Amino acid sequence: MNNKSGRLQSAWGALPVVVFIAVWEIVGRFDLFPGQFFFPPFSAVVKEFYHLTANGVLGKNFASSLVRVLIGLCSGSIAGIFVGVMMGWRSVINRALNPIISLLYPIPALGWLPLLMLWIGINEMLPITIIFICSFFPVVYNTATGIRNVDGRYVQAAETLGASNMRILFKVVIPLALPNIFTGLRLEAGMSWRVLIAAEMVAIPTGIGALLMQAESLVRVDIIMVCLIVLSVMCLLFERVFVIMERRLIGKWSNHA
Amino acid sequence: MPDIELVNMSRHVCRNVNLRIMDREIFVIVGTTGAGKTTLLNVIAGVADYKGSVLIDGASVDKVSPRRRGVGYLFQGLALFPHMTVEANIAFGLCAAGMEKSAADRRVASLMEMMHIKHLAHRYPHTLSGGEKKRVALARSLAPSPQVLLLDEPTASLDHQTAKYLRTELVSLLKRLEMTTVYVTHDLREAEEIADRIALMSHGRIEQVSTPRDFFFDPRNEFVSEFVGMPNIIECTRSRTLTSGLVEVVSDEMTMVLPYDGGNIRKIAIPPDDIYISDVKPPGPALNRFTGKVVEISRYGSNVRVRVSIGKNRLLAELPASAFDELSLEEGKDVHVVIKLRRLRYVES
Repeated sequence: MNNKSGRLQSAWGALPVVVFIAVWEIVGRFDLFPGQFFFPPFSAVVKEFYHLTANGVLGKNFASSLVRVLIGLCSGSIAGIFVGVMMGWRSVINRALNPIISLLYPIPALGWLPLLMLWIGINEMLPITIIFICSFFPVVYNTATGIRNVDGRYVQAAETLGASNMRILFKVVIPLALPNIFTGLRLEAGMSWRVLIAAEMVAIPTGIGALLMQAESLVRVDIIMVCLIVLSVMCLLFERVFVIMERRLIGKWSNHA
Repeated sequence: MPDIELVNMSRHVCRNVNLRIMDREIFVIVGTTGAGKTTLLNVIAGVADYKGSVLIDGASVDKVSPRRRGVGYLFQGLALFPHMTVEANIAFGLCAAGMEKSAADRRVASLMEMMHIKHLAHRYPHTLSGGEKKRVALARSLAPSPQVLLLDEPTASLDHQTAKYLRTELVSLLKRLEMTTVYVTHDLREAEEIADRIALMSHGRIEQVSTPRDFFFDPRNEFVSEFVGMPNIIECTRSRTLTSGLVEVVSDEMTMVLPYDGGNIRKIAIPPDDIYISDVKPPGPALNRFTGKVVEISRYGSNVRVRVSIGKNRLLAELPASAFDELSLEEGKDVHVVIKLRRLRYVES
């Protein structure tokens, strides 16, 4: 009964996607949009996806972007978690760093681009640094908030049970702050792809963003659409990975903490 | 097991509290909400700052961190770690003490056995009932073999039956472990059941420390008397055993039959709400029923207090205003008095 209703729900959820693709195909194929050239049907986009994959162009650019995102996101998140934990755990560090973080956090990641182009130059480090900044500040903020919001009773209980400060931090406080930390990571996983594409479009000659700009200059709408679909899928996929990790790590208890 | 001493301790509402809790004693602190009961436990555990001094086993622990005070603390909210299973919660203190894994596993297994929670080992706290959570929290606080056990309302928010069951088990456990225990509750009946001594707190002050019996028969001031329900203390001139489990006591013109299985009774205490007043003769046998005269009527919140004289004895009865309004009582009027013996307390000769 449950499986059946689950399948029905999935089918119902897929229906709008099928309708959307069908409408896209009809509009593109029957020239319902002014200038068919600028609106290829879905089948043409799929065909181009196949060509780009087969000749290795998409794979090469995708790999460049993926490596940048992975390095930038991982380093930014690890640094963000570390600084966030320090700020949440020790009020003296929070007092010292909070004014700086509060000043820098509101600056949009792409706002750093002109400055970083001058400081770093146009090379691989540029998009990685942008993604680092993009993930660092929100992760710091969410982690510090998560650590600070851990109920003091748990810390007191751990103290009376003889736990050292480090044990309390690693065995009690950080695990209890994980829901907040994952909120930051999940949001930034998708955001890092958006920022990367923008950076590549502006300054870097390789990657999905660069491919997008090349397609625009050649008026290849089908390639643009392939790149946008890849981008969309990667944003969703990255967010999904963190959702699955979160569910695996804290799903058993997080709604009841 | 050590004794605990508070010397001029001040924290929040508590001002200059001086208290000595004896070795292996079950010391119960009662009082209304905000009286400072939990504050006192927090101070003993060292999880709150305070002024004054706390001594455990004669040595000051003011500079000793909570993790080295040798205190097991059952928090009111329990504070079970939600991300750990029952087993991991109980093992937490043992791992923190650096106990070898196999020894820790054995200790956890024996505690779960003792608390009847072995079947819950792999469950998370949010899947447990209120009573089960309390057992797990108690096992966790006992795991590192503390010298002193602090229990903050361990039976609160449980249904009456579960609370009673847990309390009985707890008392037998504490007696067996011979552990110095400080037990906080707002329920005086609970305190009476388990305490070696009771301290009554009000607005951060200790109003009286005494045995449960002295609370009723020798209240130090009006607050204590009010808190225990202003019981009527009746001096008995003689008593005799009627049959096993029943005794007849005489006090002036009053002859009462009480369920009792000991020696002679010298004094009995009857709570005012256990005295039933009627302006017509109630049906049934004339056992523990008397006629008296109303000498005083006074309003007390939503209740009415009626003082009745029966011979030389004067009894205070307390009844809801709605029940009082149904009776046509006035001072000087003769009334029928029925004494219910639900919560009888006595002093033996």
